[in-house]
Amino acid sequence: MANKEEKSPEGFGTTGHEWDGIEEWNNPLPKWWLYVFYATVIWAIGYWIVYPAWPTVSSYTKGYLGYSQRAQVNKDIAAAKKQTAVFSDKINEGDFETIQADPELLSFALAGGQAAFGDNCAPCHGRGAQGFVGYPNLRDDAWIWAGSIDGIQQTILHGIRSDDPQTRMSMMPAFGELGMLNREQISDTAEYVMSLSGNEQDAEAAARGQEIYATSCAACHGPDGAGNQALGAPNLSDELWLYGGDKDTLVETITYSRAGMMPAFSERLDPATIKKLAIYVHSLGGGQ
Amino acid sequence: MAAKTQRDEWKALSDFLAIGAAAFLVILGLVLAIAGEDPVMKFHGCLLLGASGIALLYILTQFVEGREPADTRGYADGVVRAGVIATVFWGIAGFIVGDVIAWQLAFPALNFDLPWTSFGRLRPLHTSAVIFAFGGNALIATSFYVVQRTCRARLAGKWSPWFVFWGYQLFIVLAATGYLLGVTQSKEYAEPEWYVDLWLTIVWVVYLLVFLATLAKRKEPHVYVANWFYLAFIVTVAMLHIVNNLAVPVSLLGTQSVILYAGVQDAMTQWWYGHNAVGFFLTAGFLGMMYYFVPKRAERPIYSYRLSVVHFWSLIFIYIWAGPHHLHYTALPDWAQTLGMTFSIILWMPSWGGMINGLMTLSGAWDKLRTDPVIRMLIVAVAFYGMSTFEGPLMSIKSVNSLSHYTDWTIGHVHSGALGWVAFISFGALYCLVPWLWHRKALYSQRLVEWHFWISTLGIVLYITSMWVSGILQGLMWRAYNSLGFLEYSFVETVEAMHPFYIIRAIGGLLFVLGAFVMAYNLWRTARGDQPVDATDQPSVAAAPEFRPGEYTAPAE
Repeated sequence: MANKEEKSPEGFGTTGHEWDGIEEWNNPLPKWWLYVFYATVIWAIGYWIVYPAWPTVSSYTKGYLGYSQRAQVNKDIAAAKKQTAVFSDKINEGDFETIQADPELLSFALAGGQAAFGDNCAPCHGRGAQGFVGYPNLRDDAWIWAGSIDGIQQTILHGIRSDDPQTRMSMMPAFGELGMLNREQISDTAEYVMSLSGNEQDAEAAARGQEIYATSCAACHGPDGAGNQALGAPNLSDELWLYGGDKDTLVETITYSRAGMMPAFSERLDPATIKKLAIYVHSLGGGQ
Repeated sequence: MAAKTQRDEWKALSDFLAIGAAAFLVILGLVLAIAGEDPVMKFHGCLLLGASGIALLYILTQFVEGREPADTRGYADGVVRAGVIATVFWGIAGFIVGDVIAWQLAFPALNFDLPWTSFGRLRPLHTSAVIFAFGGNALIATSFYVVQRTCRARLAGKWSPWFVFWGYQLFIVLAATGYLLGVTQSKEYAEPEWYVDLWLTIVWVVYLLVFLATLAKRKEPHVYVANWFYLAFIVTVAMLHIVNNLAVPVSLLGTQSVILYAGVQDAMTQWWYGHNAVGFFLTAGFLGMMYYFVPKRAERPIYSYRLSVVHFWSLIFIYIWAGPHHLHYTALPDWAQTLGMTFSIILWMPSWGGMINGLMTLSGAWDKLRTDPVIRMLIVAVAFYGMSTFEGPLMSIKSVNSLSHYTDWTIGHVHSGALGWVAFISFGALYCLVPWLWHRKALYSQRLVEWHFWISTLGIVLYITSMWVSGILQGLMWRAYNSLGFLEYSFVETVEAMHPFYIIRAIGGLLFVLGAFVMAYNLWRTARGDQPVDATDQPSVAAAPEFRPGEYTAPAE
């Protein structure tokens, strides 16, 4: 071993043993180390006296403060509820008109709606409710099912194509997959649908598609493509598209259909929260 | 002469035992491969069949031809060399998977929408690969090296050390392929299913016996402190592993099982296991490594024998209580939370005892930090150990925990321990071991060790600082309320806020992976026997013992 010193820098020798050349100084425990160790032990004993700490045969030492996490959280929740009860009760009892007429209540409802929206709706509709492909934008005034505040509440409560018995339900046929239309017919129909918003690429094909549209699509989407909220049939003439208005996407939609799904929130959220959500979504810009 | 005959009889017995055990495993593998009730069990049966078949063939050829293994005299270093290779291999594999999942968190599209590459399966693959495959192999290899040197005795058993090594690799492969195929019992750091747990138990008990038998053969009057820590690690991990994994298999031919505990008892058992896996696998085991390689490389005596005694026993007795701090503010009773927290605080100084003994061993030789990057790596590891074992008690305090729990702060804390302490101390040990084991005069390149050190240190700093910021930000966003009593931020907003930090973390991880590649290259060139490029810059202790005049002592027979 390269160590040739007899004493450590602290002035102590080694223990006299050696393993594969390794020796050990006989230095004492560092004082600060020992005292901090003692201090932590003393602190712990103090903590045990004050708080619940040691199990006994059938119970445990409750501690001087009698602290209980469960009691504490119940107290906190009760206090928070009490603080907002003045608003919550009115929202529970009042109808939408009363709530919207009271500025203070409305701002509470909007704040609550926004918080609930962030954790329940934003993952699909986006944090700003701007939507994504397949998930409607909630800020514009194009509503597939309903844009009224009651209609929005209905959608949130029961969902769309969800497993709720009262869910909003509609099903566009998969015209291509089911063999109802062939590829050319679908292509022509897509051209016609594009022409409804003035975007056709081939006027002849669109003219051919018009006939197919009249027999296969108009029943739900309306003769002029204005859509029908009662059936959840989107407006095809407003240049706002849930999945896309280009030729390829339209062909895909007509061939395979679309059936986006929104869960029902009636069992996940309490009625007051759903009310707040409806008010919030309605306020975003497109409410009818 | 009589002694020689008896020796031969023992050898014959051990060969027969080895053949018998391998043959049994061949049959077992065959049964599982044919009668396994699910595809994964069949596949794992095939793996067992293949592994034990090769082992059986090898042992039989050795036995029939009456061949002796190459190194029956002196120290049994073959198994240590194998362990060193496995450590580097699994380390790099584990680090890469870790960085892949770090990028997945920043860019979820990298999950590729495939079950096998999803975060949920790769994450346990990463944690098991780094803790058990990299860390476990490092511990087994160094413990086998250290126990022989500090006992001046050859490793006990002829086949047993090799069984421990290969058995452990089989455990890793069974666990890892199981995760990828979706087989897990869903306990963090204890994901392998019942049959893999049983296999590890067998391997681990043999490991314990090899270690104990070597200690019993020792030619030194006292047991060196490194061996106390290695032994504590082996014994306690056996206990933790068995108790936490008690389960009833749904079928003896299927992968599924039901854990014995339910509800909060299960959670408590799991975190008693989980925290002590940190305490005894990642702390006690690696302290054993530290207690050999730091004084050996620094050529200085350990700072204080008394401190090592006191901090060893206090660490052992106190660590085992600290698990409940993982379950603050849950259904766990108040009293258990209190005990978990207070014992975590008391644990602070016992943990720091190891840090003091490591750092202060350099007392009087601080210049080595500048001249020897291997020492620097070892000592920075000890410094990270000190930092993590201060941060741990801090985070166990309930009011701190209410902010830090479930956030990235925890991830950062774990990685300052895992990258800074566990990996760095292992890297330092590997840099010591490779020239010593392959009989080289020095490492291939000390400059590359410098590069490895700085690249990896930068990686660690990026990792832990980004996770501190993101974790605290996350915790504060989660608990923010507005004046009307509603949550200020939605969960997706907190996820969005993490994005830049996830990128920084992934870059830090990438640097760490690069550093490991630099190390692997350097160690490979060293083992291959290439002429060192800067041998004169390296301390004489970098050379294998036989190249250090007057130092080589043969082990006692």
